[in-house]
Amino acid sequence: MSLVSIRDVRKSYGAQEVLKGVSLDTGRGDVVAIIGRSGSGKSTLLRCINGLETYQSGSITVDGMAVGDGKTDLRTLRRHVGMVFQQFNLFPHLTAGENIMLAPTVVVKEQKGEARAVAESLLEKVGLAGKFDAYPSQLSGGQQQRVAIARALAMRPTVLLCDEITSALDPELVNEVLKVVERLASEGMTLILVTHEMRFARDVGTKLVFMHQGRVHEEGPPKALFGQPATPELAQFIGVQP
Amino acid sequence: MIQHLNFGDLLPYWDVFARGLLFTIVLTLTSTVAGLTLGTAGAWARTFGPRWAGALTRAYVEIIRNTPFIVQLFFIFFGLPALGVKLSENTAAFIAMVVNLGAYSTEIIRAGIEAVPKGHLEAGASLAMSRWEIFRHIVLKPAIMNVYPALSSQIIIVMLGSAVVSQISAEDLTYAANYIQSRNFRAFEVYIVAALLYLLLAIGLRALLRGIGRAIFPKG
Amino acid sequence: MSDFSFWIILQNLLLATRWTILLSLIAFVSGGIVGLLVLLARVSHGRVLRILSLGYIEVFQGTPLLMQLFLFFFGVALFGIEVSPWVAAWLALTLWTSAFLAEIWRGCVESIPKGQWEASESLALSYGEQMRHVILPQALRIAVAPTVGFSVQVVKGTALASIIGFVELTKAGTMLNNVTFRPFLVYTLVALIYFALCFPLSWYSKRLEGRLNVAR
Ligand SMILES: Nc1ncnc2c1ncn2[C@@H]1O[C@H](COP(=O)(O)OP(=O)(O)OP(=O)(O)O)[C@@H](O)[C@H]1O
Ligand SMILES: [Mg+2]
Repeated sequence: MSLVSIRDVRKSYGAQEVLKGVSLDTGRGDVVAIIGRSGSGKSTLLRCINGLETYQSGSITVDGMAVGDGKTDLRTLRRHVGMVFQQFNLFPHLTAGENIMLAPTVVVKEQKGEARAVAESLLEKVGLAGKFDAYPSQLSGGQQQRVAIARALAMRPTVLLCDEITSALDPELVNEVLKVVERLASEGMTLILVTHEMRFARDVGTKLVFMHQGRVHEEGPPKALFGQPATPELAQFIGVQP
Repeated sequence: MIQHLNFGDLLPYWDVFARGLLFTIVLTLTSTVAGLTLGTAGAWARTFGPRWAGALTRAYVEIIRNTPFIVQLFFIFFGLPALGVKLSENTAAFIAMVVNLGAYSTEIIRAGIEAVPKGHLEAGASLAMSRWEIFRHIVLKPAIMNVYPALSSQIIIVMLGSAVVSQISAEDLTYAANYIQSRNFRAFEVYIVAALLYLLLAIGLRALLRGIGRAIFPKG
Repeated sequence: MSDFSFWIILQNLLLATRWTILLSLIAFVSGGIVGLLVLLARVSHGRVLRILSLGYIEVFQGTPLLMQLFLFFFGVALFGIEVSPWVAAWLALTLWTSAFLAEIWRGCVESIPKGQWEASESLALSYGEQMRHVILPQALRIAVAPTVGFSVQVVKGTALASIIGFVELTKAGTMLNNVTFRPFLVYTLVALIYFALCFPLSWYSKRLEGRLNVAR
């Protein structure tokens, strides 16, 4: 049974239908890379999974919990679904360590000492061992994004959503973030990520999803799709002749 | 002909000045703490609260901001007893100050809240935080940081405005000055000294607020 | 004294409101004129002028308006001239208003991008010409909303003239209360009249501000 199951989801902003019946299955340990043109609905889909957006019809379940049916408590859901954003969204008044400790102490009511130990080990994991007391403004974009990943991991999510997490970074900082994600993938973390890093999608992804005009236009094993796109739209998007 | 100024006639009354000054300081500090608390609650109601609370707060803010402080003071001190609410001079002065600062700081803090990037709220929600937790732990401090200078100015304006509480015989610095000049008939000298003391208070308060700001907000 | 009906109270308050409006208008206009002079001194190239105007602003913004009223009321008498409450109130409100307007306008002048100064300087305009033809016209546009906003403070400030005995709205309220013993009614009406004067100004100022933000 799949961990994240999306069935025929439709979503409109006013008269504009942004998701036109999207279905997608993600198994435990999968690394799903979503690609597609700007405006094709990638972010919207991702944000529906953790309830940041509502949708009009269809269904989404995460680990058996229905999202957006009005019955599942969104907070319960979100304890299992982590999210990392394009713009990092670190809290500027808290240090890196405090950013990571916030949700565990406030939401899960962990002891401060315990949360601190977890935060320190997570910072070490993302390669920022010495930065516990640094404020976001004192960190580079790549460092901030790695703190944001650590912050999401502190809630021990079963699935992690990443929305173009390297798009706001200077090119030389992209790799340090991708390496962290790659390591998470190799440790078996379930990941759904929207990305423009084609090489990363091919090498790290277990499944590639190409979205086009609000639909899943093509999906399958990344290497196969990149090697032999079935549709002219994907071929054009990745720049190969079909 | 200019009469000669004579500040010597003020000396016997230094303790009256001192008591008035102390009263104004205590009144300012206590009503600032209470007023900012009220303003924070108001700003919460306007942004995170239920619709009805937001509407109610909005009416409160507009009423206070569009009427003079002295009328608010008279209303509370003279008008409310007609409804059975009898207040002492000092309590009425305190309440008027709190209500006044509460309204202005509601607006100021609300602006600070609206300047907090939406992404920060979404990040909080993604971490399974409730709306209240998001307000309390993610929004509030950066919001106040955003508008701290405006908030500080408003606190000083309210402190200076407190001179009016002398009109209901709350025994503040201005009340002391009125009392002294009625005794020694040196009105100009007395008010010059009082004005200077207010100026020093304003400067001191500004320094204090700057120090507090430095202590509670991260640098960098 | 029940023969003072609601309508008589209201009528007397409205009559006194004329003085509130008149004092507000006069103080605002004369305060604006003085404020412009203070502003010019504040942003001038002369060091002494700048320091003097800064001191002026600090003093009038750093002391209670009530003290300023008292000082004018009692201070001018030292010169052997009797001043009426009306004149003292006008003088005090003028200077107080000028200090705040000068500071508000300075903010507007300083928000004009440096490039505008540099561009006009490179066109060989003198400092005065740059100010007059390039900076002030732009600053004026930004200044309208906060200036209208401050007019609310002036209207409310005139209420303090009641303390030195000028019979405007607040003083009329106090006097009516003393004869009718209906403080709740009287001060509610007084507050409502002030609200009716101030709210449209606040609202208009906010609207102007919003429009400016859209236009930029
Ligand atoms: N809050 C909103 N209100 C109205 N329309 C919206 C909103 N958010 C997104 N849209 C529209 O929905 C469509 C899909 O947006 P979405 O952000 O999901 O695209 P995307 O695939 O993530 O694009 P990008 O690569 O630029 O991030 C776009 O046409 C966008 O204009
Ligand atoms: Mg997107």
